[in-house]
Amino acid sequence: MGSLNPAGASGPDGGFFATKADWLVNWGRKNSLWPMPLGLSCCGIELMAMIGPRFDIARFGAEAARFSPRQCDLLIVAGTLTWKMAEACRTIYDQMPDPKWVIAMGVCSSSGGMYDSYAVVQGVDMLMPVDVYVPGCPPRPDAVIDALLKLQKKIERERPVELLLGGDNTDEGAGTRTSTYAPNKAVATTRSHEVLPADESPGPA
Amino acid sequence: MNTLERIAPAIGKLAAKTSTSRGGTACLEIEPRDAHAVIARLRDAAQFETCTFVTAVDHFPAEPRFEVVWQLHSIAHGDRVRIRARVGGAEPKVPTIVDLYPGAAYGERECFDMFGVVFQGHPGLKRLLMPEEYDHFPLRKDFPHQGIEPDRLYREWDRARHLKSPEAAQ
Amino acid sequence: MTESLTLDYERGAIHEDDPLHGELMQLNVGPQHPATHGVLRLKVTLDGETMREIEPVVGYLHRGKEKTCETLGWRKFFVHTDRLDYVQPLLNNCAYALALEKLAGLEIPERGKVIRVLLMELSRIAAHLIYLGTTGIDLGAVTMFFFCFNEREKLYDLLDAYTGHRMNNTYVRIGGVYADVDASVQGAIEAFLDQFPAKVDEFERMLTGNRIWFDRNRAVGVLTREQALAWSLTGPNLRGSGVEHDLRRAAPYSGYETYDFEVPVGTVGDCYDRYLVRVEEMRQSTRICKQALARLTETRGGDFLAQDRRYVLPPKSEMRASMEELIHQFKIVTDMALPAGEAYGAVESSKGELGFYVVSDGTSHPLRCHIRAPGLMNVQAIPTLARGRLLSDMVAIIGSLDFVMGEVDR
Repeated sequence: MGSLNPAGASGPDGGFFATKADWLVNWGRKNSLWPMPLGLSCCGIELMAMIGPRFDIARFGAEAARFSPRQCDLLIVAGTLTWKMAEACRTIYDQMPDPKWVIAMGVCSSSGGMYDSYAVVQGVDMLMPVDVYVPGCPPRPDAVIDALLKLQKKIERERPVELLLGGDNTDEGAGTRTSTYAPNKAVATTRSHEVLPADESPGPA
Repeated sequence: MNTLERIAPAIGKLAAKTSTSRGGTACLEIEPRDAHAVIARLRDAAQFETCTFVTAVDHFPAEPRFEVVWQLHSIAHGDRVRIRARVGGAEPKVPTIVDLYPGAAYGERECFDMFGVVFQGHPGLKRLLMPEEYDHFPLRKDFPHQGIEPDRLYREWDRARHLKSPEAAQ
Repeated sequence: MTESLTLDYERGAIHEDDPLHGELMQLNVGPQHPATHGVLRLKVTLDGETMREIEPVVGYLHRGKEKTCETLGWRKFFVHTDRLDYVQPLLNNCAYALALEKLAGLEIPERGKVIRVLLMELSRIAAHLIYLGTTGIDLGAVTMFFFCFNEREKLYDLLDAYTGHRMNNTYVRIGGVYADVDASVQGAIEAFLDQFPAKVDEFERMLTGNRIWFDRNRAVGVLTREQALAWSLTGPNLRGSGVEHDLRRAAPYSGYETYDFEVPVGTVGDCYDRYLVRVEEMRQSTRICKQALARLTETRGGDFLAQDRRYVLPPKSEMRASMEELIHQFKIVTDMALPAGEAYGAVESSKGELGFYVVSDGTSHPLRCHIRAPGLMNVQAIPTLARGRLLSDMVAIIGSLDFVMGEVDR
């Protein structure tokens, strides 16, 4: 691209064209996050309240809550994930096309919540990378909207066009989707179809 | 007349012991093999139209270990009766009451799922709440609250298993 | 109204001239599905549009609550009871407290009973609003969702001001409630109750005479009286089939025998009757709440918690001033034991009879705490109601049976 030379740049601004194009792409993506509401338990009711008239997530472009994962880009895991449901949850995540983001709404999906029992997954980040964790049991809809805004700020930092044009992703936030909290590195950052790697043993609790 | 008096003619000598619980409910203690007979009589002769719940209590390490509890409710007379039977821990078996009360089906399946008590004659006794491949009985007292190596257990039960043939999954 | 109630369901099946005749299709509905009211999976065997067999698969939200009760102990489990039927948290709290109070032989003071009745009936209204909103949106009446959730927001504001949290309040304690209702909360509840009957009328104007709602619900999912009793159904599902049984009347608790209210009962036992029963229950709950508010004014200054220091925490001011009260506080928080024995405490929840069967061995941890969830029986009845019907009726039937997976799976 001549003197603009966006490809191969390793500094924070990878060229004028890529930066502006990134801004535009990110602007479009962050303002049209279509949630896939995985309303599993009580947080699902607060999720419904968030879509409802008072908190109105439509203000942020996120009202198109499609129930097919193929048409969504934001998975909101709202509620307790049990091991029986884990496979279905991971399948839903896998079915979502890229780019996709995950909000773990509530303490149950963030860390297992108040359930440290035989049937509950201790945090949905055991199965998939999570972008924003929202504490609360259930969190107020305001808190989840705050999470959405934080996610929008996170999306602003991505650099999809630069990556496309050959840039590297050594910088933080450049088009990566990994979880920022990874108790088991081998587990939380995998994006393969395995639920857990067969030979890694994180050990009990 | 109170509940125990009302049901005495119906059950005759089948109840080894009768009592009243702290909450005021009439309780009967019976032999496990008499469960179907007693409950049938209570339904037909004493107008207990509906079964409220079927569950079990684990008295580990005391033997007989399990105590299966049925509770029936009579809307016509406005009272309840609780029937209890102790079964041993090695192979706990109790007759089913699904032919008397279809609504007890899920309760019996849950009992089997959580304790391992087998209800003989149940048309489809499989696990209700845990996945079908689960090997343990969670509500037993010797089962830890956090489960047994949950990660490894469920890793073994994973997608690949479902994709393989049923024989290979065994 | 003059149409025959028996419709021909073979019309949904594949016609014998069709090459696919006799081929059954397995359709998997859920566990993630907008219309299954939570994580319920249904394995449906279809012959064209007609459902030949349905098998519900539950357990996708089984969190091990009964085991948790044994591990945590009597006091700490209150927090978990909210999350059972999470659309009516205070009713679950009250059911559990009732069972424990039977075991302990504890009497609740008058004001405590009145506040509990108030909270229970407000929760019942909230739960029926969820029923109306979600069943409406499932059957296509999208506006109902927004209208009902708007009313729920008003309830949330009340509960937020009074209990500190919108849902999952955990406001009930053994012996009463956590704190008193003061004048501002009372005024807010009155304001809500004054405008609520007009809203119920508005909901009825939208649905009750609506041709589409009627056609989708009338003669759908007919449950006879004998079936309802045999399948252990309770609550609006039982009352819709003509059985006049309400625990608030049959086995009153918390002073319900002194309140003036009616129990709506259906005749036909179809989805439409169950809808009418629930709408009328919302009106009756408003009536009970108004009576409870009047009694709050009468009992102002009374105790809202029993003063039994074996089970009830002392007020903080007393705890800081007296050694004896400090010891009571310590003992209750660390090791509150209930007498040995067993008890069954049940309330009339919005879904039916919600009961707790508690067995104590005299220690601070239960030997067994079984949760008798009405939702489990409601799910169990799905095949009976849905067999032989069209696939689109399944959504109406699931909505009208009204269960919440939190209590079905526990």
